[in-house]
Amino acid sequence: MVEFLTQIINGLSQGSIFALVALGYSMVYGITQLINFAHGDIIMVGAYATYVMLILAGTPLWAAILAAVLFCAIVGVVIEQVAYQRLLNKNAPRISLLITAIGVSMLLQNLFQIIFKSDAKSVSNVLPSFPIPVGPLEISSVTLITIATSVVIMVLLQLLVKKTRIGKAMRATSEDAGAAKLMGISSRNTIAFTFAVGSGLAAVGAVLYVGAYPSITPYMGSLLGLKAFVAAVLGGIGSIPGAMIGGLLIGLAESLTKAAGWSQITDAVVFGILILVLLLKPTGLLGRNVKEKV
Amino acid sequence: MKKRILAALMAVLMLGAFSGCSESGGSGDAGSSDTIRIGGLAPLTGDASSYGVAVNNGIQMAVEDINAAGGIDGKQIDYIYYDEKGDATEAVNAYNKLVQNDQVVAIIGDVTTKPTLAVAQQSQQDNIPIITASATAAEVTLTGPNIFRACFTDPFQGQLMASYASEKLGASTVAVLYDMADDYSSGIAKAFVEKAAELGMTVVAEEKYQDGDVDFKSQLTNIKGQNPDVLFLPVYYEDLRLISAQANEVGVTATLCGADGWDSVLTDNFDSSVLNGGVFCSQYSTESTDERVQNFISTYKEKYEIDPNMFAVLAYDATYMMATAIDNADSTDSQAIIDAMAALEYDGLTGHMTFDADRNPQKSAVIVSIQDNAYKFVENYNPEQ
Repeated sequence: MVEFLTQIINGLSQGSIFALVALGYSMVYGITQLINFAHGDIIMVGAYATYVMLILAGTPLWAAILAAVLFCAIVGVVIEQVAYQRLLNKNAPRISLLITAIGVSMLLQNLFQIIFKSDAKSVSNVLPSFPIPVGPLEISSVTLITIATSVVIMVLLQLLVKKTRIGKAMRATSEDAGAAKLMGISSRNTIAFTFAVGSGLAAVGAVLYVGAYPSITPYMGSLLGLKAFVAAVLGGIGSIPGAMIGGLLIGLAESLTKAAGWSQITDAVVFGILILVLLLKPTGLLGRNVKEKV
Repeated sequence: MKKRILAALMAVLMLGAFSGCSESGGSGDAGSSDTIRIGGLAPLTGDASSYGVAVNNGIQMAVEDINAAGGIDGKQIDYIYYDEKGDATEAVNAYNKLVQNDQVVAIIGDVTTKPTLAVAQQSQQDNIPIITASATAAEVTLTGPNIFRACFTDPFQGQLMASYASEKLGASTVAVLYDMADDYSSGIAKAFVEKAAELGMTVVAEEKYQDGDVDFKSQLTNIKGQNPDVLFLPVYYEDLRLISAQANEVGVTATLCGADGWDSVLTDNFDSSVLNGGVFCSQYSTESTDERVQNFISTYKEKYEIDPNMFAVLAYDATYMMATAIDNADSTDSQAIIDAMAALEYDGLTGHMTFDADRNPQKSAVIVSIQDNAYKFVENYNPEQ
C-alpha cells in the first residue's frame, strides 16, 4: 500500500510539470487556435536561462527564476512577432502555422545545440531537497514544491483570465477576434501578452523541471512538449483547469504503467490516450463544444 | 515565368549532379600518391552527437599526431568525415559517398550500434576495412571479416560485472534497470542477468525504461521494495546522473554498479554524492600513470575545452590501430589492410590489445569506483572463466 501511494505521488509530481507546460499550450491555443509546437522548446530555453544565471553568473535562485521568466517571455513574444504574427493577421491556413511552429522548434533546438553543445548540462540541487515524512510515506521536498507551485500558478492564471481587464480582452479575442477588434481591443497586443504569459509559465516549468530532473539538453523539450500537448488535449485544449487535470492524469498514467512493470508501453499508453480522446471526446474533459466557424 | 526559370535551374542542377557522379565514378582523384584517405562517420548533430563529436575529436587528434610524426610511411593522412545525424540511412549514404566519391582506403566509424550495423552490411560488397571505436553490440563485427572494433562488447561487460558483483561485492540479490530501446543498455543487462543466474545470485527486479525518459522514480520505487544488494545500471552517463539522484531520493540503498557508459558521469554542478561507492568497469583509467594517457588528456582539454570521455580515447586508439595496420600492410589494398589488422598487436591508451577471431579486442578491464567526486582506480579485473 505504501508503495502504491508512493507511486501516486511520483505520478502527481511528474504530472504537475506536464500540467504547467500544458497550461501554456492551452492558453495560446485558446486565443489563436494555434498549437504552438515550439512551446516545449521554450522550456528548454528556460532551463538554459536558469543554468546560465545560477551556475555561470552565480546569482541566487530567485534572481535566476526572475531572469528565466523574463527571458522566456521575451523569447515568446519575439517568436510570436517574427514567426506567427503575419500568418495570424493574414488568416493563413492553420497548417501553415503548424509547420511554422515546428520550424521554430527545430530552430531553437539547433540554435541551443550550437551555443551550449549537445552534452547534457548538470545542475544539481536547484531546489532544496530533503525527505518530508507524511504518515507512512516519505515525500521529497522537491515533489511537494512542484505540486504546490503548479496549483498556485493555475489559480493565479484563472484569476488573471477571469478577473482582470487584460483577461477580459483575452477571452473576448478568443471568442471572436473580429468583434473584439470592433470593441476597441487590440488583438495584436492581446496575442503578444498571451505569448509572454505562456512562455513565462514555461520558464517556471523549466525551473521545476530542472529541480526534479537536473539535466539540461537542447532536445529536452520535444518529448516533454508532446506529452504536455496530450495532457492539454485530454483536459480540453483551451481550458485552464482542464490543462491541470490533463497533466496530472497523464503523469499518473505514466507512473502507474511503469510501476506495473510495463515501462515498454508507457509512451504507447500516453499517446493511446490522445487517440482515445480524439475518438471519443474530441473536446477533452473540460473543453467547450464550439461549432467550427466556416 | 518564375516557374520556367525554376525548371531551368533545376535542369541545370540535375545535369551538374549527374556529371558529378560520372566524374568521380571514373578515374577519381584519390590516387594522389602523397596522402592516404581515411573516412569517418559520426553523428555530429542530433541526439547522439555528444558521442559523435567526441569520437570525431579523438580521430582528428590522432590524425594530427600521426601526420606530425611523419604520417604513414611518409604519407600524410587525409581525414574526410560526414555527419550521419545518428540515422542508419544517412550513414549508408555517407558511407557510399566516402567509398565512391572520396575513395577512402579505410573507415573509422560508425559511433552507435544501429548505423554501424547498417554500414557494416553495406560494406560487405566493397570489403573496405572498418574499425568502430564505440559500437558495442556483438553483431557488429560478426557482419563480416572487414569489421573491427576498439571497445568491449556488450555481453562481455555484462558478464564481467555479474562476476564482479558476486565475487568481489559478495552480492546475493541483484536488480537491473536499463534502457530497453538501446541495444547497448539491453545487451549488457541481458548478459548480466544470465550470468548472475549462472553464478547463483537472485535477480529480484528487472526494470526497464524508454529512451528519453527522465523520470525513473516508479521503477526505482519497485526496486527499493525488493531491497537488492546490488543495483546494476548499464546506462550512459547522462541517464545515470538522473537515475542515481532519483535512487537516492527514493531511498534505494543497494550498491550501484555499471559498465563503461558511466565514464564521464562526473561533471561540473553534478552532486555526485549520490554515486559514492558505485563501481563500474572501464576501458582505461584517467589515473593511469602512462605518460601518453596524461598527454592525451591535457592536449584534448586544451584543444576542445572539455574533458575527453571514453569515446574520444577509444577513437584515438582506433585511428592509431588502423594507421598501424596500413603501415604494417605496406599497401592500401583492402584485403592487405584487413589481414594486417587481424594480426595487429597494439599498445594504446586503453592498454595492450590484440584481436580475437571475431575481431573484438582482447584486453583487461579496469574497475573504477566513484568516491568524493572523483574516479578511484580499484583494480584490473579478469573474471575467472
